[in-house]
Amino acid sequence: MGRYLIRRLLLMLLTLFGISVIIFVLLRIVPGNIADILFDAAGMVSAADKHKLEVELGLDQPIVIQYLHWIGNLARGDFGYTYVSEQPALQEILPRIPVTAKLAGLALLFSILLGVPLGILSAVRQDTALDYVLRVLSLSGLSLPSFWLGLLILMGFVQYLGWIPIYNEKPARLLDELLLLSIPAAAVGFRSSALVMRLTRSSMLEVLRQDYIRTARAKGASPAAVNYDHALRNAMLPIITIIGIEAAFLVGGLIVTETVFNIPGVARFLVDAIRWRDYPVVQSLVMFVAVVVVSVNFLVDMTYAVLDPRIRYEN
Amino acid sequence: MGLRLFAVATTILTGAVLAAQPALAQKHGGTLKYYHRDNPPTASIHEEATISTVNPFMAVFNNLVLFDQSKPRESLDTIVPDLAESWSWSEDGKRLTFKLRQGVKWHDGKPFTAKDVGCTFDLLLGKAKDGLRLNPRQVWYQNVENVRLDGDFEVTLELKEPQPSLLAMLASGYSPMYPCHVSPREMRGKPIGTGPFRFVEFRRNEVIRLARNPDYWKSGRPYLDAIEVRIIPSRSTRILAFVAGEFDMTYDIDVTIPLMKDVQSQAPKAICELRPTGVYSNLLVNREAAPFNDPKLRRAMALAIDRKSFDEILGQGKLGLSGAMQPLPEGFWGMPPDALKSLPGYSDDMEKRLAEAQAIMRELGYGPDKPLRVKISTRDIGDYRDPAVILIDQLKKIYVEGELEVVDTTLWHRKVTRGDYSVGMNLTGIGVDDPDVNFGENYTCHSERNYNHYCNPEVDGLIAAQSREPDINKRKQLVWQIERKLAEDVARPVIHFLRAANCWYPHVKGLVLHQNSIYNDARYEDVWLDR
Repeated sequence: MGRYLIRRLLLMLLTLFGISVIIFVLLRIVPGNIADILFDAAGMVSAADKHKLEVELGLDQPIVIQYLHWIGNLARGDFGYTYVSEQPALQEILPRIPVTAKLAGLALLFSILLGVPLGILSAVRQDTALDYVLRVLSLSGLSLPSFWLGLLILMGFVQYLGWIPIYNEKPARLLDELLLLSIPAAAVGFRSSALVMRLTRSSMLEVLRQDYIRTARAKGASPAAVNYDHALRNAMLPIITIIGIEAAFLVGGLIVTETVFNIPGVARFLVDAIRWRDYPVVQSLVMFVAVVVVSVNFLVDMTYAVLDPRIRYEN
Repeated sequence: MGLRLFAVATTILTGAVLAAQPALAQKHGGTLKYYHRDNPPTASIHEEATISTVNPFMAVFNNLVLFDQSKPRESLDTIVPDLAESWSWSEDGKRLTFKLRQGVKWHDGKPFTAKDVGCTFDLLLGKAKDGLRLNPRQVWYQNVENVRLDGDFEVTLELKEPQPSLLAMLASGYSPMYPCHVSPREMRGKPIGTGPFRFVEFRRNEVIRLARNPDYWKSGRPYLDAIEVRIIPSRSTRILAFVAGEFDMTYDIDVTIPLMKDVQSQAPKAICELRPTGVYSNLLVNREAAPFNDPKLRRAMALAIDRKSFDEILGQGKLGLSGAMQPLPEGFWGMPPDALKSLPGYSDDMEKRLAEAQAIMRELGYGPDKPLRVKISTRDIGDYRDPAVILIDQLKKIYVEGELEVVDTTLWHRKVTRGDYSVGMNLTGIGVDDPDVNFGENYTCHSERNYNHYCNPEVDGLIAAQSREPDINKRKQLVWQIERKLAEDVARPVIHFLRAANCWYPHVKGLVLHQNSIYNDARYEDVWLDR
């Protein structure tokens, strides 16, 4: 298990290094830089003034030097200054992380609490009316674009019912904040829950057809014991995988939800930073998301090893 | 006699009550809440050329002079004192002296003096040691030769040439006074002004907060306790929030003409007012590249522009006809409609214009079987793309087959100034409805914003002449002469001035939207909430 853990950790570091190079290069390939954008916004075309700003921001340096400078600073915990607000990048990013984390966490919770039980139910009651209803529900969840669902929810809850405001200020109490976030979380979690539900159903169906399930039934085990003790545990591996992928996706993929619901999280901030070519912010944020995704994958790998001893022994 | 006295007394009393009523009715307190459509790049008005910065931060500052906030149509006659108590011109029109208000404090408590005016002009003229990162309006002040300080409360601007319109530029929301003791960098993040509202916070992509300045020099102002501007990039979300009553008003010109109907039907109490945006769409033709270096071809293209169709499709018939200066009735310098229609390419007889354009094209060797293929370049923004598509359709009638080339918005200016285009659809924004600003920025030979490098020394001479002219009527004649020359030269054919709406709920009082600029009316010191 120890060697498995170390190998995974080393792979994790290698992946992060690769990501740092890719994001750095990709950002420089995208046309235009902050100087272009600032001057464009001001309707100015003075090449000399623009070059002066590029020199001031170090954008005139060769890309390798820029990368080494950035990665060196990053290793020392210096995330740089944002080009737009000229504040430390970390100072701009940090307050937004908990917002996105709570939203993603709630969405994930929603998708698990809805997706797993309904998936099991759908499998256990295969080809019944309930199964058909749940399958339609899950297909709807996968088909509805989240911006459209979000707008519908906003119209219903903000305009017609007046139950929630558009996210304005972070409520003082955590419970109030979670309640406020629960509706957008439901909107984004609905799609994930549909995915989890479908995967749980198919995984359960596959396990329920196994010989050892038939044996358990033949031995007189109760349906609950067969379904939950024997089948579910063995069906969990693919479900955990998809939950892990969804967790990573949610952290990086909340852009639409944060925009539609006006939530000041990381995802919306990232889009804005990309628009401004605010390299320090984009690089720091992408690295943050990468660390989260890689860590979640690491945790999923560790969970596999715990659930299935063959994995740790083989490694 | 007694009855007469009673009648006179009653009349005077009624008059006095009516006169006093507005002052009595105004209530102090409350927070004006509205949304912003975009994240302002910085809070430094002098370093930006966008309404995104001027609108939320204008109330932090004062100018030397200001367009009267209560008068919707701006002109030299509606300029009122601000930090300058009075001003006077020298006889030769080359010295403009301001007597400054005394006892004014910056929001950090330091006194405002003439030195601050000097420092502001040092920034604008590019003379400051710690200068502006961007100085988009340097061209406005190119005629200022020197700034002379006479003691702490008198400043004289010495000009190279007489320029009556300099006062109009100084009255714009784009011309606030900056303090000497705060660096440009600090002003970009945490601006210090003398205005009716203090800066409280600017959380990027979230919110801008201003609070009442308790030491404001104008007694009894502002009425509001605070202003809160929420940044909501999604138009659907912010309009929904306004309709749901979460905001007192919409952001400036955020409600498009079609959207205005929706807002009014969903929020019947809301008051919506359509107004010109101070932005006009125009055709850029690369005058230096063949075959567009042929004036005949450019003339044919100008003749083919059907402005009425543009108006009907994009503005539901509410945009009207315009030259380079904002049209009447809102614009101050617009040509009378009949005179406008007499400009080349503006007549009502579209068929005749098309026939003329087709004849020119045939003479140049083009026809239905041999069309001129061209890329119509434009920025990747809806307001640019939509007219570009209509233009492509219209140019087909004169054997020009256009292909839309959408350019990433960050590359637009670079591409255009390099001359790396044939035909472009462009939008031009005007900070002040004044020929010095519009003509000076866009049509003079050496201006940075003269993107298609149109250069006519005769027009430059006329622009300089109108700038020096103190008589408004004579100046208008010169301006209209320039309009004619620009149309004849197909300098940058103007298609139309855009319009959009602002909406607000009836409890917002004292809000006066200016009709010939969107950049000069966001002081908000007279706005109050009747709740």
